[in-house]
Amino acid sequence: MPTLFIFLGIPALILVYLWFLYNTLVVAKSRVQEAWSGIDVQLKRRADLIPNLVETVKGYATHEKELFENVTKARAALMSAHSPKEKGEADNVLTGALKSLFAVAENYPELKASENFSKLQLELADTESKVAYSRQFYNANVQDYNVKIAVFPNVLVANMLGYTKEEYFGANEQDKQPVSVKF
Amino acid sequence: MYQEISANKRKTILIMGLFILLIATSGYVFGRATGETTTWFVLASLLAIGTSFFSYYYSDQVVLALTNAHPADRNTYFDFYTAVENLCIATGLPKPKIYVIDDEAPNAFATGRDPEHAVVVATTGLIKKLQKLEIEGVVAHELSHIKNYDIRLMTIIVILVGFVSILANWFFRFRLFGSSDREERGRASGVFILIGVLFAIFMPIVATLMQLAVSRQREYLADASGVLTTRYPEGLATALEKIAQDPTRMKVVNPATSHLFISSPLKETDKNLIFKGLFDTHPPVEDRIKRLRSM
Repeated sequence: MPTLFIFLGIPALILVYLWFLYNTLVVAKSRVQEAWSGIDVQLKRRADLIPNLVETVKGYATHEKELFENVTKARAALMSAHSPKEKGEADNVLTGALKSLFAVAENYPELKASENFSKLQLELADTESKVAYSRQFYNANVQDYNVKIAVFPNVLVANMLGYTKEEYFGANEQDKQPVSVKF
Repeated sequence: MYQEISANKRKTILIMGLFILLIATSGYVFGRATGETTTWFVLASLLAIGTSFFSYYYSDQVVLALTNAHPADRNTYFDFYTAVENLCIATGLPKPKIYVIDDEAPNAFATGRDPEHAVVVATTGLIKKLQKLEIEGVVAHELSHIKNYDIRLMTIIVILVGFVSILANWFFRFRLFGSSDREERGRASGVFILIGVLFAIFMPIVATLMQLAVSRQREYLADASGVLTTRYPEGLATALEKIAQDPTRMKVVNPATSHLFISSPLKETDKNLIFKGLFDTHPPVEDRIKRLRSM
C-alpha cells in the first residue's frame, strides 16, 4: 500500500507543481511583453515628433545641415532597432542628437520665440519622461520574471519549458535626465 | 508589486466578512429583542443589497457632483495632467479620468470602483501652489489608492458602517415607539432586549472605529507605494507640508467625502480634543512626513 502511494503521489505532486509553474510563467512573461509594448508606444511617439521638429528648426536655422542629418539618422536607427538592448542604445543616440539640436537652437532667438517650437520642445520633454516611466515599469516586470525563472526549483524546469531571461531596457547617465528645456 | 494587490483583495474579503458577521449578529439580536426576526432580516438584506449596488456603480459620479469637479484640460493643467499620464505608465494603470475643482485650498483625491473606472481629482490651488515634483508625489499617492483597490474597500466599508447605524436606529424606534401590542412584546425575550440595546449603542461606534483604523492604514500604504513609483519621498513630504500649512480652507467641506482627500479638509480646530486620533480618517501629517523622510 505505501509503495502505491509513493508511486502515484510523487508524480502527481510534480505534475501539480509543473502546472502552477507553467501558469505563473505565462502570466509573468505576458506582463513583460505588455510592458514592452508600452515602451514601444512612447518611442514611436517620440520618433513621430521628430520630423516636425526638424522642419520647424530648418525654417530658422538653415546652416545646420549636419545636425539635422544626425537627428534623422538617429531616428531611423531607432525605428529599425528590434531588441530592447538595441532600442535602448538607439534611443540614447537620439537623445544625444536632440540635445545638440536644442543647444544650437539657443543661438536663434526667433526660433526660440516660435510658439510651434516651444510646443514641440514641451511635448518632446514630456515624451522623454514617458519613456523613462515606461522603462521603470518594464524593468520592474522583467526583474519579477527573471527572478521567477531563476529561483530554485523553478530554475530546473523553466529553461526546458523555453523560458529564458529577458533583457532590461538600459539607461545611461545622460538618458536619466530629461532634455533640458531652457527659455 | 502584483502580490500586494492580491493581498489587499484578500483583506477586502476578510473585512467584508467581518462586517457581514457584525451585521448578521446585530440583525439577529435586534430580531430576537423585538420578536420580529424575519422582518428584520428581510428588510435589512434588501436595504443592504440596494445600497451596495447603487454606490458600487455610481459612487464616483456622486462624489464628483458633491465636490463640483469638472474635467481637466491637458493644455491648461499640463503639469498635473502629464503627471497623471506618466505615473500611470510607471504603474501600468490605465489612464483615469482627470478632474479639477476650482478651489484655492490645495488638496486632491481619487475615486472609482476599479482602475478602469477611476477618477483623479486635484484642486486648482494644489496645481498652482505645488512644484511639479510635489504634484507627482501627490498623484502617485492617489494612483496607489486606485492600484491597491483602496477606493473600493473604503466605499464598501462606508456603506456597511452606515448600514450598521441604520440598523441600530431602527432598533431604537421599533423598541420605543413600535408595537405596543402586549402579546407581541411577550415574544421578545428579556435578555435579548438588554443585549439589543447594548448592541444598538456600541455597534455603530465599533463599526466607525473599524472604518477609521482601516482608512489610516491605507494612507500609510498609499504613501509608501506612491514613493515606490516616484522614487522621491521628499516630493510627497514637502507636498504634505505645504497642504497642511496652507491657511486656505476648502469652500465645500462635506464630512461624507472628507476621508477621500489626501489630507483631511477638516482642519484641526474642528476636531474634538479628547478623542484626538481615534476618530481621524487620516494619520497625523507630521507622522506621515516623518515616515517619508526616513525612507
